[in-house]
Amino acid sequence: MKLTGAEIFVECLKRQGVKHIFGYPGGVVLNIFDMLYEDKDLKLILTRHEQGAVHAADGYARSTGKPGVVLVTSGPGATNTVTGIATASMDSIPLVVFTGQVPTLLIGNDAFQEADIVGITRPCTKHNFLVKDVNDLARVVREAFHIATTGRPGPVLIDLPKDVTVGKADFVWPGEVDIPGYKPKYEGNKWMITQAAQLMAKSKKAVIIAGGGCIASGAHKELKELAELAQIPVTTTLMGISAFPGTHKLSLGMPGMHGTYYANKAIQDSDLLVAIGMRFDDRVTGKIDAFAPNASIVHIDIDPTSIRKNVRVDIPIVGDVKKVLTVLNKVVKTEAKAQWSEIRKSWLKQIDEWKRERPLSYTWDDEVIKPQYVVEKIYELTKGDAIITTEVGQNQMWAAQFYLYDRPRTFLSSGGLGTMGFGFPAAIGAQLAHPDKLVIDIAGDGSIQMNIQELATAVLNKLPVKVAILNNGYLGMVRQWQELFYGERYSYSRLDIVPDFVKVAESYGAVGFRAKRPSEVEPVLREGLKSKKPVFMDFACDWKEKVYPMVPAGAPIDHMMFEEPKEKKPARKLKVVK
Amino acid sequence: MRHTITLLVENKFGVLSRISGLFSGRGYNIESLSVGESIDPSFSQMTIVTSGDDSVIEQITKQLNKLIDVLKVTDMTEFEHVEREMMMIKVSPIQQKKSEVLNLVEIFRGRIVDSSDATYTIEVTGDEKKIEAFIELMKPMGIKDMIRTGKVAILREGVKKK
Repeated sequence: MKLTGAEIFVECLKRQGVKHIFGYPGGVVLNIFDMLYEDKDLKLILTRHEQGAVHAADGYARSTGKPGVVLVTSGPGATNTVTGIATASMDSIPLVVFTGQVPTLLIGNDAFQEADIVGITRPCTKHNFLVKDVNDLARVVREAFHIATTGRPGPVLIDLPKDVTVGKADFVWPGEVDIPGYKPKYEGNKWMITQAAQLMAKSKKAVIIAGGGCIASGAHKELKELAELAQIPVTTTLMGISAFPGTHKLSLGMPGMHGTYYANKAIQDSDLLVAIGMRFDDRVTGKIDAFAPNASIVHIDIDPTSIRKNVRVDIPIVGDVKKVLTVLNKVVKTEAKAQWSEIRKSWLKQIDEWKRERPLSYTWDDEVIKPQYVVEKIYELTKGDAIITTEVGQNQMWAAQFYLYDRPRTFLSSGGLGTMGFGFPAAIGAQLAHPDKLVIDIAGDGSIQMNIQELATAVLNKLPVKVAILNNGYLGMVRQWQELFYGERYSYSRLDIVPDFVKVAESYGAVGFRAKRPSEVEPVLREGLKSKKPVFMDFACDWKEKVYPMVPAGAPIDHMMFEEPKEKKPARKLKVVK
Repeated sequence: MRHTITLLVENKFGVLSRISGLFSGRGYNIESLSVGESIDPSFSQMTIVTSGDDSVIEQITKQLNKLIDVLKVTDMTEFEHVEREMMMIKVSPIQQKKSEVLNLVEIFRGRIVDSSDATYTIEVTGDEKKIEAFIELMKPMGIKDMIRTGKVAILREGVKKK
C-alpha cells in the first residue's frame, strides 16, 4: 500500500519512538499538521515562536538524552529556527528539525515563504537534507535520527517540499543505516589508554577537566570511578556541570573565565590534565599560550577535530567517553598499580588550601537582594534536586557557581553559542519530559524577555516551570564589562523599561511573585516552588553585583579578579546541602 | 606549506558548497579546486590545493573527514603522486612572433586548439612549474585570456608515505 509523504512522516517518527514534537504550523506543512490532528500517540506542543520550539526540543533532549523533534513551516518559520539550531550545534545536542519547503517546482523562484534553509543551516547543523522525492523520505528520516544521536551528537535538519508531503510512495523502513561517509569511532586505542594510565600514575598533580561529552555519553559513573580510583580532582566545564557530583570532595567546580579560584589554580599548577569530552573553549583556557604551562595533556573525545584544535595534546584518544573510561578504569585498577592516595596526598592538600583560601562567596547585605543569595536559596530549598536551566550572562554564571549539581542532565545551559532566551523554552521542554520534577529557569530580566511569549505554551500545556528572574534592570554581564573595562560607560545596557513580571505572568494565566528585600526571598521561593502552575518570581536584585572570580578576556586563567572585601559586611560562602 | 588534498565525495547536490563552506567558515584558503566523476558515478573525486602549517592542515583534513558526504580524504603531499593541470591560453602575437609561439607550443608539447587571424588558443598540460613557465614565455606574446583547470592528483602505484 502506498502512503503519502505526510503519512510516511508520521510513521517514521513513531518508529523512531518519538512522542512529542515542538512546532508551529504554516502553509506548506498543512498536510503534515492535518495528519497530527487526531493522532493520539504523537503530540505536538504548539509554541509561540519557532525559536522557542527549537529551544524546547533542545531542553527535552538535554534533560533526557533523546533527540528533540521540531516541525515548522518554510521561510520565516524555518529561519526562526536558526538560533535554536546553532545553539544545539555548538553544544552537541541531538535534534531533528523538519522544515516545510515550497513545492520542488517552485524552489529557486523566490516563491512565497521560500528560504534556502538547507543553505542557511549548512554550517550550524551536523548534517542536513532536502528531500526531493517522496521515495527517499523514510530513508532520510532514519538517517537523520541516526546522525543526530550517534557519534558526537548534533542537530540535523530535513527540508520537506510541500509536494513531497502529498506524493505517494511504498513505505519501506530501512532496517540498518549505512552511510559510507559516516562511521564514528567509539573504541579508544588501547595502547593510548594504557599510556594515559601510566601518565596518571607518574603525575603528582593531575586534574580532570570533564566536559559535555561525559554527559552525552552517559559516563558519569565511570568518571566518578576514575576520579576516586586515581584520586584526581575534577573540574567540570559549563557543559560538563552535573557530569560529576558538585558536592563530591574531589569536585573543583567550574574552570575558566568565571571559574573557581581553586579550579583555575589547580589547572595552572598541574603536571597532567586529563581532558574528557571537552574541547578547550576559549572561555575555559583564557590565554592559550599560558594555559596549564607545565601539564602533559591526555585528551579523550569522540570528535577527532576537537583534538589538537586549540591546545597541544600528548595522548590523544578518539572514542566514546564511556567506552574509553570503562577500559581506562580497568587499566588503572589492574595494570597501573600505584599508591594513588599516597601519590596525590600533597596535591589534594594543596587544593584544600586553595579551597579554604578563596571559596566562592559574596558579600551579604541586609537591605538589597544579592542575586547569588537567590540561587543559593533555590539550591537549599530544592536540596539540589531540581532541573535548572539558565539564560545567558550573570544569571548563568551564578547558577553555575551557587548551585551544586549531583545528577547528570540537571543543568541545562547554552554554553557554546551563549543564547539569551534559551532557558525558559528549554525548561518547558525539560518539564514535558519530566512531569514530576521541579524545573527552574534561573533568568535575568533581559534574557527572559527574549522568549517570554512561551508563557502561553507553559500555561496551555500545564507545564509548571518556575522562573526566578534576577532582576537588576540591566543586561548585567554587559554592564559588568562596561564597569570594569569601559570606564563605567553603560552604553545601551540599561533596560530602562522592564515590564511588571508579576502582571505579565498573571495576564497569561500563570502565577507571579515579587521579592524586594532579602527577607522576602525565601517566602517567595517557598510559595513559588510549591505552586502547581507556571510561576514567575521577580527578585529585585542589586544592580551593582558582579560575577567573581573573573579572568579578563585574553588573560591567563590564574589572573583572576575578586570582589573587593567590604568593611562591616560579612562574606557569605556557599554551603553544601546533603 | 602547500598541500594537495584529494577527496572522494558523494555525487549529490550541495556537496561542493559543504566543502567550500567549511573552508570559508573556518578561514582556510583554497588555492584551487577541481571536481569530476570518479570510477563509480555516484561518487566524485575532488582535488583541493590549500596551504597552512601542520596544525592547520591537520584540522582541514579532520574537518573534511567529519563531513558526512565525504568518504575519503588523502593528503597527497604525504605520498608519491602525480599532479597535472590543464590550461588554455589565448595569445595574440605580432606577425614576427607567431613562429616563436608555435615553436614554444611544440617544445611544451602543447596544442593549438583554436586560431584566428590575430590569435592562437593553446592547450598545455603539465605540473604547476611547467604551466607557470609557459605563462612566463607567453607574456611577451600578448596574453588575451587564460583559464586553468586547477590541479588534479593521483597516487603513484605502490606508494609509500614520504
